[in-house]
Amino acid sequence: MSGVSVCGVGIHPFGRFEGVSITDMGVVAVRAALAEANVGRGGFQAAFCGTAYGGVASGHKVLGALGMTGMPIVDVEAGCASGSAALMLAAGAIAAGQYDTVLVFGIEKMPKGIIRSSFFEPWQEEAGLAATPAYFALRAQRLMAASGVTKEHLASVVVKNRRHGAANPDAMFRSEVDATSVLGSRVICEPLHLWMLCTPNEGAAAVVLQRTNEGEDGRVRLAAAVLRSHVPGSVLSESTPLAGTVDDTIPAASTLAATDAYERAGVGPSDLDVVECQDTDAARELLSYEELGLCPAGGAASFLEGGATTLGGRLPVNPSGGLLSKGEPLGASALGQVVELTRQLRAQATGRQVQGARVALAHTVGRGANAGVVILTR
Amino acid sequence: MSGVVPVREGLFTADPPRLVGSLCDACGGHHFPRHETCPYCAADGARPVELSPTGRLWAFTAVTAPPPGYRGEVPFGFGVVELPEGIRIVTRLTESDPSRLTPGQPMRLTVVPLHADDDGNQVVTYAFAPDRGRNDVADPIDEAAR
Repeated sequence: MSGVSVCGVGIHPFGRFEGVSITDMGVVAVRAALAEANVGRGGFQAAFCGTAYGGVASGHKVLGALGMTGMPIVDVEAGCASGSAALMLAAGAIAAGQYDTVLVFGIEKMPKGIIRSSFFEPWQEEAGLAATPAYFALRAQRLMAASGVTKEHLASVVVKNRRHGAANPDAMFRSEVDATSVLGSRVICEPLHLWMLCTPNEGAAAVVLQRTNEGEDGRVRLAAAVLRSHVPGSVLSESTPLAGTVDDTIPAASTLAATDAYERAGVGPSDLDVVECQDTDAARELLSYEELGLCPAGGAASFLEGGATTLGGRLPVNPSGGLLSKGEPLGASALGQVVELTRQLRAQATGRQVQGARVALAHTVGRGANAGVVILTR
Repeated sequence: MSGVVPVREGLFTADPPRLVGSLCDACGGHHFPRHETCPYCAADGARPVELSPTGRLWAFTAVTAPPPGYRGEVPFGFGVVELPEGIRIVTRLTESDPSRLTPGQPMRLTVVPLHADDDGNQVVTYAFAPDRGRNDVADPIDEAAR
């Protein structure tokens, strides 16, 4: 039986790069991934490019700059999960026998400040309802009420991820912070302070996928790449509705994606060695623990407190530093996670290596709602 | 001549303040804003209904910096209010200091100014305000059954 493997990864660091175009960044990431995969011009039969703000034919511009066009090139937009969506399409096409080798990349150059999104109607903007961090804050408040999470826990997530990120040369913020400074940064939307929120920024990441025959050892295997959207009714879901029901049992899009991915990969949460998850804000990481089944519902605070998710713990989460350290270039962020986890599984994550990692999970969730879960094994 | 205009027609009435939602006869779901096709069961023909002007505060925060496209004042309150019909509404709140708000407290719908438009009209929208005179209301679910 054949499968899909990751045979090359590349990244342009995430951060702010004045004078560097979105195309320039894509070229850096794609060139690195193709070189690692030893794939050249004509060596891949399709390309999928994740981007939310790139504009028309962003992927074509990158491959045009490299003199590598002619194959189908498809831009994919799925909010924060754009890269997951591109990966899902590429893996599905290989599994279906359509292609043998596919290039997947994600590129983004975000405006500064609160993300302006065409998702909102003009009247919603006028009424002040396009306040994205406020939705994060409401979700954080409900999690705190339901799971015993405190502001100190939120600060601990930031401290943990910034400590991890200090060892990641591709991260935007590479300095450690302490809880006092996190809680001392200004309140954006109570209970969220500035340093508890990730920064929209710029960057690119690329992955080369290839059909693999079982028994070809040593390669990182793409065991699942799943994208799901929301089931309606939850007022605080990433679908950002103006109303919802009082039913608190509606499954989150992330849970739907994770359940599907575990089944396809034939693994469960207890098999995972390392996780990269969506930490758009500190509370979102804790909520993800519960939605991905890493801990029981209501157990996020104690799971964090016990050190399980810190490097050296039972299940390190965001060893790359997460979005809180890297920043979030929407189209690139999911593939940035895949780059990190591929390096973790190859034991190449210098300074932040999870020892003996064999099973890894990447999670993104954002507007749509779109939730992506990717499982990699070695 | 200048006047008062809603931020969007059809969202709410001003006197008395009422949100205009819809009700799906097929599944019993309430929606806001008004939908013609039910987002829960996909049935067509949801009919417009006025939603209850009172409810309870379910979640709250304050917005401290102007979000994209917003021309009004900051800070302003922002939260979710649960209505007796079993619907939770994302809404502005008239109270912009979260420390003065409590989960579950009674709230009442009102209409608030946002900004003046290019023609000098006062643009208004819906918001919920603490319902000070109503500290002992029935549980929303009981009210719905009444």
